[in-house]
Amino acid sequence: MGLRRVAVVGAGMTKFMRRALETGRELSWQAASMALESCDLTLEDVDGVVIGTAPDTFDGVHMKGEYLSDGCGAWQKPVMRGYVGGGTGVFSPIQGWYHVASGLFDVVLVVGEEKMSSCHPHPQGAFLTIFDNMLERPLEPNLIWIFALEMQRYMEAHGLSKRDIALVSVKNKRNALDHPCAQVAEDISVEDVLNSEIMVWPVSRLDVSPVSDGAAALVLAAEHVAKRMTDKPVWIDGVGWHLDSAYWTNRDLYYPKYVEYAARMAYRMAGITEPRKQINVVEPYDPFSYKELHHLEGLLLCGKGEAAKLTADGVTQRNGDLPVCPSGGLMGVGNPIAASGVMKVAEIFWQLRGEAGKRQVPGKPITGLAQAWGDLMQVGTVVVLRI
Amino acid sequence: MTTDREFPGTPLSDSDISEGKVLIVEHDPNARYAWDAGIAIGRFLAELKKGRIVGRECHRCRRIMVPPRMFCEQCFRPTDRWVVLKDSGRVNTYSISYIRWDASRVKEPTIPAVIEIDGASKGMGIMHFLGEVKPEDVQVGMRVKAVWKPPRQREGSILDIRYFRPY
Repeated sequence: MGLRRVAVVGAGMTKFMRRALETGRELSWQAASMALESCDLTLEDVDGVVIGTAPDTFDGVHMKGEYLSDGCGAWQKPVMRGYVGGGTGVFSPIQGWYHVASGLFDVVLVVGEEKMSSCHPHPQGAFLTIFDNMLERPLEPNLIWIFALEMQRYMEAHGLSKRDIALVSVKNKRNALDHPCAQVAEDISVEDVLNSEIMVWPVSRLDVSPVSDGAAALVLAAEHVAKRMTDKPVWIDGVGWHLDSAYWTNRDLYYPKYVEYAARMAYRMAGITEPRKQINVVEPYDPFSYKELHHLEGLLLCGKGEAAKLTADGVTQRNGDLPVCPSGGLMGVGNPIAASGVMKVAEIFWQLRGEAGKRQVPGKPITGLAQAWGDLMQVGTVVVLRI
Repeated sequence: MTTDREFPGTPLSDSDISEGKVLIVEHDPNARYAWDAGIAIGRFLAELKKGRIVGRECHRCRRIMVPPRMFCEQCFRPTDRWVVLKDSGRVNTYSISYIRWDASRVKEPTIPAVIEIDGASKGMGIMHFLGEVKPEDVQVGMRVKAVWKPPRQREGSILDIRYFRPY
């Protein structure tokens, strides 16, 4: 395709918090400057900037891309804000990738930010505005409804129980104990998850990621620059994204086809023919416990309905054959929406470089994958990384 | 590098706020909207007022779609005709909600569901509530029928259907 090879060369992030003292701009600056510092670059070296941030309603600031732009290092530079809801955090690095792959820019800074605490007492009021304004909002839906409906459909299709799915919360919250930025890391049991209050059956409180503030950033560079900067560039070898019907009541929620199509696009580009054998570490999007399983299936890392068994068998533990969410994921580290997807790409970057410290998965992984999901619930974004 | 260094960010506690340790600027935007229902949903809502659920058919892909639309998003051409559907269907999936839209708790749970409407193509559903059924008795695949508001109380809204009940 005549595309240039692109590497991730630096990463940074803030702590993920229920409520941060810092403004969104200050959080963005903290993550962005840390990412630049991590690869010994300054803003002068940056040719273009990508800003990822979810609905304006959370921060309550209209044109949030513009609002955050100074903290993202975007002034006097070409800048764009892309937005696909929860999928944004992995979509923004994809945008950064094509800025560099196309030959337009040599170095791009990608910043993801969310400050959900500004919408108070709870951002559910802002989530209401994503539902269809004619036929759904009059029913006064809560965002969790739609996930509960999907989780129920998924459980029904495969004969799964809440217990099967609770294992994901237990694993991810425990993994997060080793993440210095984690908001809701805990050592809990399956019983704790099952006994936590039911919000919308079958979703209990400990099946849900928290509301968070935070930011995360990456530095991407073209091959000739990356090789000069570091002997450990992490290559973005495949990207994919896909949107399914927004008539979500017209499609079968038990399987995320949009994730499969996004994954197939990324796999084709990365030359991956047997994902389960060729991918060593995965960060699928896990805003709800069942979503990790749902997404592993969409990513073709196991058959439909088989992800729960992989989890029960310990395959997805950090020391398992296919470590899944070694960071602790959204369930453990937290979910500042666009920042959490960038965090997942950063985690794969650190894992492949062997820099994940206590979170490091064994066996020197060489290929990793990060995925996010969003819009109302029908967009999939996938990045395949290699060292 | 990830574990050896301090990560930035300053978490606040509830008491930092309640005791006024940090300063806050508040704003309530009070933005109000009135959406024109459009051609497809306008007709759909007008039919609800008459006590009927209608869909649109595309003659190319042969789907009968609900909610109705004036263009087929798959064939990318105009849809062809209105079809009167039944006011009954099958539960595709359901949930049991203990919270309102703003996350506050309710005493009596509601049962949001996706209901595949009889007469539409397979898998074509709408979101609504189930009623006259205990949460523990609801099952995927269950047959349900609309319970309408009395004609005089209908106003051309999805709420003209109060809920769907087993039948």
